[in-house]
Amino acid sequence: MGGYTPHTEPEIESMLGFLGLSSVEELFEVVPAALRLAGGTGLAPGVPEPDVLVHMEDLAAANRPVGRDLVCFAGGGAYDREIPAVTRALASRSEFVTSYTPYQPEVAQGVLQALFEFQTLVARLAGAELANASLYDGAAALVEATNLALDATGRQIVWLSQGVNPSWRSVLETLAAGTGHVVVEVPLVDGSTHWSSAVSGSSAMSGSSSPPGEPGVVVVAYPNYLGCLEDLGEARALCDRTGALLVVAFDPICAGLLRSPGDWGADVAVGEGQPLGMPLGFGGPYLGLFACKSAYVRRLPGRLVGETVDIEGRRAYVTTLRAREQDIRREKATSNVCTNQTLMAVTAAIQMGWLGTSGIAEVALRSARGAHYCRKALLAVPGVEPLVSTPTMNEFALRLPLGADVLVERLVDEGFLAGIALDDTYTEGRHDGLLVAVTERRTRAEIDSFADTFAKALR
Amino acid sequence: MTAPEEGVMSHHAGGRAASAPLLGHDSEPTLFELSEPGRRAWQLRTTEVPEAPLDQLLPEAHRRSEPPALAEVSERDLVGHFTRLSHRQFSVDLGAYPLGSCTMKYNPKVCDAVASLQGLTDAHPAAPASCNQGWMALLVELEETLCAITGMAAVTLQPAAGAAGELTGLLLMRAWHEAQGRPRRKVVIPDSAHGTNPASVTLGGYEAVTVRSDARGCVDLEALRGVLDTEVAGIMLTNPNTLGLFEQDIVAIAAAVHEVGGLLYYDGANLNAILGVVRPGDMGFDIVHLNLHKTFATPHGGGGPGAGPVAVSKRLACFLPGPRPRRVDPRLDGMGARYEWATPERSIGRVHSWHGNALVLARALTYILAHGDDGLREVAQRAVLNANWLRKRLSGTFDAPYDSPCMHECVLSAASLKKRSGVRALDVAKRLLEEGFHAPTVYFPLTVEEALMIEPTETESLQTLEAFASACDRIVARAATPEGAAEAAEAPQSTPVRRVDEARAARSLVPTYDARR
Repeated sequence: MGGYTPHTEPEIESMLGFLGLSSVEELFEVVPAALRLAGGTGLAPGVPEPDVLVHMEDLAAANRPVGRDLVCFAGGGAYDREIPAVTRALASRSEFVTSYTPYQPEVAQGVLQALFEFQTLVARLAGAELANASLYDGAAALVEATNLALDATGRQIVWLSQGVNPSWRSVLETLAAGTGHVVVEVPLVDGSTHWSSAVSGSSAMSGSSSPPGEPGVVVVAYPNYLGCLEDLGEARALCDRTGALLVVAFDPICAGLLRSPGDWGADVAVGEGQPLGMPLGFGGPYLGLFACKSAYVRRLPGRLVGETVDIEGRRAYVTTLRAREQDIRREKATSNVCTNQTLMAVTAAIQMGWLGTSGIAEVALRSARGAHYCRKALLAVPGVEPLVSTPTMNEFALRLPLGADVLVERLVDEGFLAGIALDDTYTEGRHDGLLVAVTERRTRAEIDSFADTFAKALR
Repeated sequence: MTAPEEGVMSHHAGGRAASAPLLGHDSEPTLFELSEPGRRAWQLRTTEVPEAPLDQLLPEAHRRSEPPALAEVSERDLVGHFTRLSHRQFSVDLGAYPLGSCTMKYNPKVCDAVASLQGLTDAHPAAPASCNQGWMALLVELEETLCAITGMAAVTLQPAAGAAGELTGLLLMRAWHEAQGRPRRKVVIPDSAHGTNPASVTLGGYEAVTVRSDARGCVDLEALRGVLDTEVAGIMLTNPNTLGLFEQDIVAIAAAVHEVGGLLYYDGANLNAILGVVRPGDMGFDIVHLNLHKTFATPHGGGGPGAGPVAVSKRLACFLPGPRPRRVDPRLDGMGARYEWATPERSIGRVHSWHGNALVLARALTYILAHGDDGLREVAQRAVLNANWLRKRLSGTFDAPYDSPCMHECVLSAASLKKRSGVRALDVAKRLLEEGFHAPTVYFPLTVEEALMIEPTETESLQTLEAFASACDRIVARAATPEGAAEAAEAPQSTPVRRVDEARAARSLVPTYDARR
């Protein structure tokens, strides 16, 4: 049983005596007797923590993590990027780990300043005027961005490129059941969003009928899920024409080389912050990035840290524009978010500090270089073709001569996580699409060996 | 009220942080001010990937003209900066953090060790199930333990925090009612509810209907009956509620809500009080969210990451978000995987990019297994013991607006103190910082004037409770003189910064370093 409570038996006796009670059970007499558990929860009794650690180590050992024995070529929103010892060490400082939301700014300047720096760094990456202090993940950031945009425009319709991560689209669709927002998915054609099919109405729309009316928000990803770099000028022009806001889902590492969302005219930029120092971690905790034009600051979801001074005039930081938030505005709040991903935001600030101006560009460059080298090597394998022709950066889609999940399983046996089998909306109903990602961590030797093994697996 | 033990131990409390050394009161420069062109910290793997001209890698139309200006610092300066920031931050590891409603208990370090296991940290969430059998087994085991703890039938682990769990729960409520024919319009919440409740209700497409509390601080059953009709989709309750009081009428409340076809939603913010003693499922709740970062100490991370799993009764299981991990029937099991992904038949869909805040979930399972059935009950017992002891110990120091025994936290009021001396709950909070304690939650719940919401948790010792109470006594005694009251309004003095100008922060907004004038 866990030894984390300090009470000695004499102390418990003394405390009960002070309360005029004779047993701890009497503390719960307010709970109707019929409801009180007689036989316990059915859980096993507690065990000493070394035994629990062994159990957890056994579970961990039953996974096949990426690394030397499973070289990672999978991405799809979760990337095997360099996390230096310095980021791990600083981000695990218990002052950051065991504090809570900075409600008392006098004793929370550490977290507040780190968040202020995070906001600055994200805003610079996104080419935006400001960023919030984090959301749960990329999908949550997307949902909040569409909520903001539809609230600002007073409209109900989202035009959502299918180039946006399928999981994020799925989350947006789930939450639209509550908000009543109408999500219209716009397909990719040869790797780029086919906006004209949305413009021309319901006929080109996948399945359901397109509702009448103008979109309040247009969402596009850059790079998109297939790794493609779309011309965002078209989406921006569409927004100018319809009065919709433009939301761009960007990758924070690719932003080291790419034009920023702000430069393309995005009103809101959202992203998955995992590549900024978070381990793959089976999908979480990750980090929702949210940056926007200052015109929308009063609609901003979640926490925002601002600089101010204390009564002696010293620079200080505090959470600000709190009247937007749920604990004050209640049912009229801009979002319901309370606990966000602060530790991940602090981690990302540390990682961005480590990367710096030259590092983020270098990581982006090396990823692009590795991906192009890998793509060329895989396209030399007989039967492998590019899925689309739109230019790509660090991730690309292939068409295989067999089921992509079959190939992935075969290559796992050979020590490679070959990529992600694409869902069939990208492959006209077939299951032969493979999404491959290359990061700055992949060496030429790994890529060469991957391509050789890939070719053998297809023979 | 003076404790019999006073004097013996008040200067030796493990949870008092007033000895923390602070080297001066300068501001810490930002990363941007520490930056020097050409300096760098990064080092990357030698890859030997052939160089290629940038034009071949990336069309010019997509390239930025210059790299984003992040910062240019050495590793040494990076470490110095963030270490100094950490020294400007209060934390549970530093001292007692009796922030009501937040359950700031000690976070066992073994959970950090688990969350650092390479087999967990380096698992790709999109890898085939055959690569993630350990993770899937872990999630299923956690689902089963959470079912046992809550008395529910099935769990989704996807929601990333409590508020995400609330919204998920409301969407499950909506899906249930739609399956019965229509979604209904309203959700009832007590006036003492957390702000996330009404905000989530709005996002769930419902209208929040507030029901008042009675003189006991509990839901007014007659008032509740007055708002119940067939447009009510359900009620959201925290039990014990935000006043730290157990809703003794819960069985009657459940019957009344179920009678009109509504569902009961349990906000798990205060589950720590009743672990192993009474279960939401046995009280009649249909949907339950848990805050793993609170109850199971995963920890809070400065404001996340959390995890907000949602547990439901059997009739709602088919609506849960998917995909969910499940154990393959051993009778059907060949040589292959033992766990697989499956999406419930009438699933509302995904609520997270992947499978939830997985490393947080691993920490929670570790905590639960270490405590077990007996240990979790002891957690609740000692949390409630501590809160009641402190409530009685402080009942002469502050006003006690409700006279019934509390559960895991107590709500006191500084209303009389304010009337006598002008010293407000906020001033008490700031004075406590100087005394080496984190402040309680103040001005919540909204139903209590000058509220001080104190949640000591089970991991603070009697000595720490007494030291905290003594500090409160000193603060109140000092407020009796005009100089003392003035001093309280000026507090804190010993912290890295003193009271901050919040109005200025909002009026001339500086949300980034680049927005500074």
